[in-house]
Amino acid sequence: MKALLVGEYRDGKLLEYSYELFGFAAQLGADTAMVLVGRDGEFLQYSGKLYLADVGKYGEYNPDLHKKLVLAAVEREKPDYVVFLHTSYGWDLAPRIAAALGVAAISEVLAVVEGGFELPCCNSKMRRTVKPQGAGAVLTLQGGAFPVQKPGGTPQLQPLDAEGTARVTFLGYEPAAEKGVDLAKAEVIVSAGRGIGKMENVPVIAALAKALGGELGASRPVVDGGWVAHGHQVGTTGQTVNPKLYIACGISGAIQHLAGMKKSGFIVAINKDKDAPIGEVADVLVVADVMQFVPALTAKLANR
Amino acid sequence: MKILVCIKQVPDMESRFRPDSAGVWFSDTDLAFRMNEYDEYAVEQAVRLKEQLGGEPELTVLSIGPDRVVEAMKKALAMGCDRGVQVQDPAVHLKDPWQVASVIAAFAKSENFDLIFAGLQSLDRGSAQVGVSIAELLNYPCATTVVGFEYADGMLTVKRELEGGIKGIVQLRTPALVTCQLGLNVPRYPTLPNIMKAKKKEILAIPVADLLHEEPRTVTGSFHAPAKKGSGVVLEGDVGSQVDKLLGILREKTTVLR
Repeated sequence: MKALLVGEYRDGKLLEYSYELFGFAAQLGADTAMVLVGRDGEFLQYSGKLYLADVGKYGEYNPDLHKKLVLAAVEREKPDYVVFLHTSYGWDLAPRIAAALGVAAISEVLAVVEGGFELPCCNSKMRRTVKPQGAGAVLTLQGGAFPVQKPGGTPQLQPLDAEGTARVTFLGYEPAAEKGVDLAKAEVIVSAGRGIGKMENVPVIAALAKALGGELGASRPVVDGGWVAHGHQVGTTGQTVNPKLYIACGISGAIQHLAGMKKSGFIVAINKDKDAPIGEVADVLVVADVMQFVPALTAKLANR
Repeated sequence: MKILVCIKQVPDMESRFRPDSAGVWFSDTDLAFRMNEYDEYAVEQAVRLKEQLGGEPELTVLSIGPDRVVEAMKKALAMGCDRGVQVQDPAVHLKDPWQVASVIAAFAKSENFDLIFAGLQSLDRGSAQVGVSIAELLNYPCATTVVGFEYADGMLTVKRELEGGIKGIVQLRTPALVTCQLGLNVPRYPTLPNIMKAKKKEILAIPVADLLHEEPRTVTGSFHAPAKKGSGVVLEGDVGSQVDKLLGILREKTTVLR
């Protein structure tokens, strides 16, 4: 069995999470080759075949040409699986490759299981197992689901080229918003999620953070809704944190949020939904209405 | 200008999900359904573009599913879409993303839409494949994960959200397709007069058999709850005793209360 792994390169660098592709291939027991639109001389710790297209020529995001480049590598390598990470690059490109090859696309693989691949569904609350109909598939892997693995060595370079016109023009990057609050240094973070109900309830969560000598954090919907400034956002598009204590108030636990806080020392989740995915990482799950529980906890701390 | 918005009706994600009798998806009895959150941003952006262009574009909203999906379409019509298309399919949950995309593309092909909006993904299936696959089938350029959108003279300038909060700015010319990420805009609440007006808007019904010409490319084995990894303590009961128990645990297991 052979897997063609599609690495990612951004802003002049190989993205470290590309090495999770090797962790997956090892679990699948597949032989590997990698394809990358990057730069020669980039230090990829891998001794297999590297199909390398020049990022100077093809750009870092250029779906039409990147599709042709990956297809050119597929043509030469004839893999059983083409594997991406489930990222803004992978979920954009994987369906295009699958459509061109006429094979199954399977998104956000969590695990290799008997009978196929395990995927999350229903906002990560449930799982399903899916397998391709027929031979071959294009897969995307959930970030962090498979271990980083560095095979080591020096790759055997296979230059890769493609021709065609690009219908999407890349103009440039806009840097991430200023952090504002450096949550990485906080010992205690109390985060507000959509379950707090409305913007007017944010001070109740902030009061608990203050009572514990910590900082206020927030989940994405709360920031998108303008309830809390972006500088407080915890998760993939915000900050990654590992305080001694993390209290998630009314946060269901989307994968993007969990990725930003699951390494915290001790995790308390307050949620009225006992089955919320945040329960998977919580040391203590308090099944309660956030707006009843949090003020009661804050009052008790004040009387300590 | 003709614009298509693709929406899906999904269950409230706070529901308890139980497998259906075939064991491949959830049973939809006792579930409350609503418009997929990502698609609300897609509808809002389409309506804003219509307003920007002085009301000229015609906005079609499409959904595939049983008759209950009409409720989600009515919301989109009340937000400002002009007409609805229900592709009637009581078994849409058994179609894979490729088939769903092929059905939408089969409808869109003869309509020559200038612009198609879709959500980045659905909350229940979450494949993030349907939008891009429609674009591939129609041979439209496509940008996914859009958190910023501008339109002028047939040219789209959009911001794609990348990992770590970085954004990539790209341009593409219509006809095109974009998939919308959360936070792209602030979706409006339909006003009562607009809800009343929406009741008079046309909703065309098309049987899925007229549009489905593709076989599934994946097979679902099972639908199940995750294996419990967490060894966490669950505190239930009245708030007073929950507070006391939690403080006891925090004193024992952490140093933050010392």
